[in-house]
This record gives sequence, structure tokens and C-alpha cells, in this order.
Amino acid sequence: MNQNKTFTLDGKTIPYTEGQTIIQAAMAAGEYIPHLCFNPELKAHGSCKLCTVKANGRQTASCTQQPTPEMVVESDTQELNDERRALLQMLFVEGNHFCPSCEKSGDCQLQATAYVLKMMSPHYNQFYPDRPVDASHPEYLLDFNRCILCSLCVRASRDVDGKNVFALSGRGIKSHLIVNAKSGQLADTDFCDADKAAHVCPVGVILKKRVGFATPIGSRSFDELPISATPHPQGACPVCPRSDAATLPPHPKSRGA
Amino acid sequence: MNTPVKPKLRVATTSLAGCFGCHMAILDIDERLLDLLQLVEFDRSPITDIKHCGPCDIGIIEGGLCNAENVHVLREFRANCKILIAIGACAINGGLPAQRNHLSLSSILEEVYHAQHGLVDGFIPNDPELPLPLDKVHPIHEVVKVDYFIPGCPPSGDAIWKVLTDLLAGREPELGHGLIHYD
Repeated sequence: MNQNKTFTLDGKTIPYTEGQTIIQAAMAAGEYIPHLCFNPELKAHGSCKLCTVKANGRQTASCTQQPTPEMVVESDTQELNDERRALLQMLFVEGNHFCPSCEKSGDCQLQATAYVLKMMSPHYNQFYPDRPVDASHPEYLLDFNRCILCSLCVRASRDVDGKNVFALSGRGIKSHLIVNAKSGQLADTDFCDADKAAHVCPVGVILKKRVGFATPIGSRSFDELPISATPHPQGACPVCPRSDAATLPPHPKSRGA
Repeated sequence: MNTPVKPKLRVATTSLAGCFGCHMAILDIDERLLDLLQLVEFDRSPITDIKHCGPCDIGIIEGGLCNAENVHVLREFRANCKILIAIGACAINGGLPAQRNHLSLSSILEEVYHAQHGLVDGFIPNDPELPLPLDKVHPIHEVVKVDYFIPGCPPSGDAIWKVLTDLLAGREPELGHGLIHYD
């Protein structure tokens, strides 16, 4: 029943099974569609719009849209990539994304996606928002300056950890990430290193303390391969195993398929 | 015998609110600098010590805008250069100097010249020759049109070489994987 269903992605035939979304089927077939708020381990959110494709001529988020038989999906087109680049540029200027001093640089999905979409400048005027860092937690710090409101930590904490540590608050341009504690401080939650939420941030907001720059800039995940060629580009650390152990895992030079 | 001599392109470079790291990166193109000098000659640049920019084909700007003089120099470059290139993180998004943007200028000056531990009779410098600091640090594309960007802190010599040779050959510059870097 589920066999032999296919759609085309940029002319390539992609098989899919009932219930799969376009991006899931594309990933399973080894095809890359740019995305930020999508992580296959969590329920899709459809908010960043980076994964927007044209399905039978109509724009739709490929992380929420299911394919239909023989659907014609376009993704790697000048029009869509120009729009994706504009979305990235808006994300860059709305926050404070200073890559040279960011621990996530080289492992950052926002940065790596901007590389493959050839974002050469932020284009728009910088907002330079003032967002204080929360360093209250003994093991983790939160640098809200880099938050892109993907809600992956919100979903991971709520749906996987059962903790509800994070939430998005406010609307429109005032949307921001908050910590669900009376004080608003991460230290006053039961957030811990074993949480899924500690390992899903695609940018440099949720950072483990005392391991910064253990891997030098230049030897990090996306320095080696572009995100479009990385087999599993989702999750906080696309190549490292979960760092539950007390010591930082050695950086895997050879990535498993 | 009478091969027409192709006139050399004039190139000007400067560092505004930068650290000259991007200029060091220009030197990182190493011996290719000699090939480059067959094709270009330098106008205003730390290499020539010429103080003002004349008519040029390419202007290369390192650093963002942190004071009034930076803005004057940038406008002089824009007025004189056919192609303006922003080089490095600071020119492109403010970079390290822009880390002061969430603080008020007066509190920074107070802290640096008055309040800091160990300062005796400190005063905020007020010599009229000193350019006035801007309230916030800005990237250069917020003030003038910028034609090309070479991101990086600093960009690699190879990235700079790629953009310059693309331009000299009349191609649209493009940086592939490994050459486009924001760090």
C-alpha cells in the first residue's frame, strides 16, 4: 500500500511513505533542504520558513507539508534561495550574531546554512538588541543574543524531557525566549545536562560551561563539510555524541554515514 | 612589438574601526602579491602611506564606523572608488567594536577615563583634533553602498585572492565552501 509512492524534488524522484513530510522524505533520500527550526527527532514547528519549497507551484513549509503522489517540488531554485537568504539576513540583524567570539561558530546551523546560501552580508540595518546573558546555572549558560526563536529547546523540554523549562513569550518583533521559573533564571529550574533541551539549540544560546573552545575554530563540524553535505545536520551537535559524560568527547574527525 | 600596455588598476585600502588584522590577511596572499602588483597599483593604503584617496578602481574597507572620522574616510572612498569592498567581520556587522553597543557611550567613557580602578585625576580626552565617537558602532553598508563583501575575522588570504582575481578577470566574485567564513 505504502510502496512506490513518489514525488519529484528538483527533478529527482523521491520515494515516500504515508505520513512523511516532504523534508523527511527528502532527508531519507539524502537530499538537503535548508532548515533551522526542524529537527527530525521533534514535532515540526513550521516557523522559520527556511524549508519553504514550491509544491505543485505553491509555496509551503516542507517540514509540515506531506507530499502527494507525483507532486512536483522545487527547492534549490534562485527564487527560493534568494528568499531564504533574506530570512537568514533578518535573523542575523535581529540578534547579536558575532561569529568570531561565539563558541558555536563552525558548529552553528544558522551560520552553516548562511554559508551554503552564500550570504555575504547582513544587508539590513543591525538591531543590536540588548539581551542580558543568564549565567545562573552551574553547568549551562544562556546567551539570548543569538536566539532565533526556533523553539527546539521549548519542544525538547516539553515533549521529551517533560519539564517545560523554556517558552517563547511576546508577539511579533517582541517574541523572545524565556525560562519558566519565577525568577526567570535557569538555575531555578530542574534543567540539567541529561536533558534533550540541552543539546538541540542550532545556534549558540544554550552552551555548556567550562568546555568552550575545546575544539579550535577551523576544526569544527562545518569547517570540514558544508551543512548541505552533512548526513545528519540537525540537532545541537550534528557530529558529536551526546556529551553526558563528564569529559568532552573527542571531536570525531571521521563522521559515520 | 607594440603590445598596448594595459593600465594598472588603482586600489585603495584603509582600516576604520578595525584592528588591521584584515590588512595582515591581505599580506597572507604571500608571493601572489607580486602577481597582483603586475596588475594593480596602490593609492591610499597603509602600504603607501598616502593620506587621501584619489580616483580608484577598487576600494577595500576594513573595520566598521565608531567615530566621525571613520564616516568621512568611508565617504571619501565611496566618492572615489568605482568598486567598494567591505572586508572582515567589523566592516560587515560592526564586529568586536560593536560589543559596546549595548552600553551608553557616556558610561563607557566614564568607566575608561574616570571610574576605573587606579585612575587618578582622569579626564575624558577633549582635544578638538580627536574625532568624536559615534553613539553606536555601525557596519559600513548602513552608510554607503557597498558592492562586495569578504566576510571573515579575518578572511583568509585565499578568500581575498579569490575575490580580487575574480574582479580583475571581470567575473562576479564567488566564495565556495572553506573560503566563506564568518569567524
